[in-house]
Amino acid sequence: MRAFINGQEREFRALVTLEELLESVNAPRTGIAVARNQRVVKRADFGTELVQDGDRIEIINAVAGG
Amino acid sequence: MPDCLLKIGKHVFNSRLIVGTGKFSSLELMQAAHAASGAQMVTVAIRRIHLDDPSGKTLLDYIDRSKYVILPNTAGCFSAKDAILTAQLAREALETDLIKLEVIGDSRTLYPDTRETIAAAEALVDDGFTVLPYIIDDPVACKTLEAIGCAAVMPLAAPIGSGLGLCNPYSIRIIKESAEVPVIVDAGVGTASDAAVAMELGVDGLLMNTGIASADDPVLMASAMRNAVMAGRQAFLAGRMPKRLHASASSPMQDLIGTKPGN
Repeated sequence: MRAFINGQEREFRALVTLEELLESVNAPRTGIAVARNQRVVKRADFGTELVQDGDRIEIINAVAGG
Repeated sequence: MPDCLLKIGKHVFNSRLIVGTGKFSSLELMQAAHAASGAQMVTVAIRRIHLDDPSGKTLLDYIDRSKYVILPNTAGCFSAKDAILTAQLAREALETDLIKLEVIGDSRTLYPDTRETIAAAEALVDDGFTVLPYIIDDPVACKTLEAIGCAAVMPLAAPIGSGLGLCNPYSIRIIKESAEVPVIVDAGVGTASDAAVAMELGVDGLLMNTGIASADDPVLMASAMRNAVMAGRQAFLAGRMPKRLHASASSPMQDLIGTKPGN
């Protein structure tokens, strides 16, 4: 299965939850948010939301800017 | 005359200066400049995380949320669709209803796209956000954004990062005289006198980043901006004297020991 995470293609051997996907890319645990196919996923759902083949995942955080 | 507090939606501030987090040479310097500015709200951008980066510290480690309200922004968005998703992600990541809405229409001037800004503002207000839109210094656009339900309007003083100061004080005055929500001048302030001039027009606050971060001494400039915002505000409240073409002597012109020219 493959997913596009922040524009980068990643392969996964099996179905993964968003929580597992976040671990696989070393994402911070706080201060982030995730969109799956342009829809924001609530933090409480990270452990149950399954990533599907071809999904486009955006993981964001706050950065310096004005 | 005692001043009132700055109220934006349900949020209340003593300080009328909002400061950015960009362009500082280090996050420690940013932190010191924030402290010197007296600001109670700082704006942050939203971007993709770097994958596979276990480095640990993030921008949020340098912002004490017990002292500063975080105002996420949608800087870098060129469409209402992108700005809406960015705002929704920011709300989830930072647990705030506040959003500084920026929808850029031109990458050279960074002028806002008014149509897309209004479309995004409508959607975000409906979604429960407290929306502070960056907008051109156009009184009609500002009234439209206010009618939609934006909590403030943020007309630009000059292009973002230009440091040109207030280019069109007349438009800003018209915006302020007709607005019933706070008017926060956003972008283009280059030095303390620019800040004072804007505040003397009666606007409710200023948002700035480059004017502080790109100064030779950002911490000292942050302090100067703090004082200028307060000085400009006090001068506005005090009510300036009318301008006159001719002089008006401050000392009595009677009982002179000499004679006036022409007598």
